[in-house]
Amino acid sequence: MKFSDVPILLEGEILFDASAGNDVIDKAYAADLLSDVLALTEERTTLITGTISPQVIRVAEILNVIAIIFVRGKRPSQEIIDYAQRLDIPMLTTRKTMFETCGLLYANGVRPCKNRTADE
Amino acid sequence: MSDMNASLTYEVHAGDIEQGGSASAALKSELRKMGICEEQARRVGIIAFEGEMNLLLYATNGGTLKAEVTPEAIDITVEDDGPGIDDIDLAMRPGYSTAPDWALNLGFGAGMGLVNMKRNSNFFEIHSHTGKGTLIRCRVNRRKNDAAD
Repeated sequence: MKFSDVPILLEGEILFDASAGNDVIDKAYAADLLSDVLALTEERTTLITGTISPQVIRVAEILNVIAIIFVRGKRPSQEIIDYAQRLDIPMLTTRKTMFETCGLLYANGVRPCKNRTADE
Repeated sequence: MSDMNASLTYEVHAGDIEQGGSASAALKSELRKMGICEEQARRVGIIAFEGEMNLLLYATNGGTLKAEVTPEAIDITVEDDGPGIDDIDLAMRPGYSTAPDWALNLGFGAGMGLVNMKRNSNFFEIHSHTGKGTLIRCRVNRRKNDAAD
């Protein structure tokens, strides 16, 4: 689905909009532990998280994250939003839980990114 | 493939949460500018990030993150002067962590750091002595079809 359609679906607010050509969300990974995001995702993905530490955008940069969706009403600092703008990584925030966010995205065609489990 | 040689060194300060990950992000950016392919730059970035966060979270005085780039490989070295790791086998076990609560609040401390460094390396070694410090060396080969596990 298009990133521009996600705010309506999740009743969310865009923090930084996608540029042309960077607007399709087809796979996602959801975690609050950035350690797990770093260790267990195996391809470019949209990140769904409730973590707003400064490390979230640096992890996104290293992993070439496609977009970030902040859940539970979490809102990153303006510094993080500015950083995302420089990297052209679109962001939005929603008041919905991670569970509901994942369910709604899945129902609209978004699928898990290629990943592994901690014991693999 | 870029044939250039380069050496990049970053100092990481203990407990400097705001800057955590910035050295690794800068390193990855430099590698991309040098023409290193995305897949290798991503692996180096992950190794560096885990090493950087370990220095920030655990090392008494922080430490040094270094990357040596040659046409054959990228060698990453993470070094600190203490406190050292008591049981390396235990520290290498997925899920084992001694991270404080404040690290968990940042999204770190899942006990995957050293494991993830090894997974993304073609070569990995760790030496640690309690009271003296820890030295980790990782290599990412630059030949094609030389992916880590």
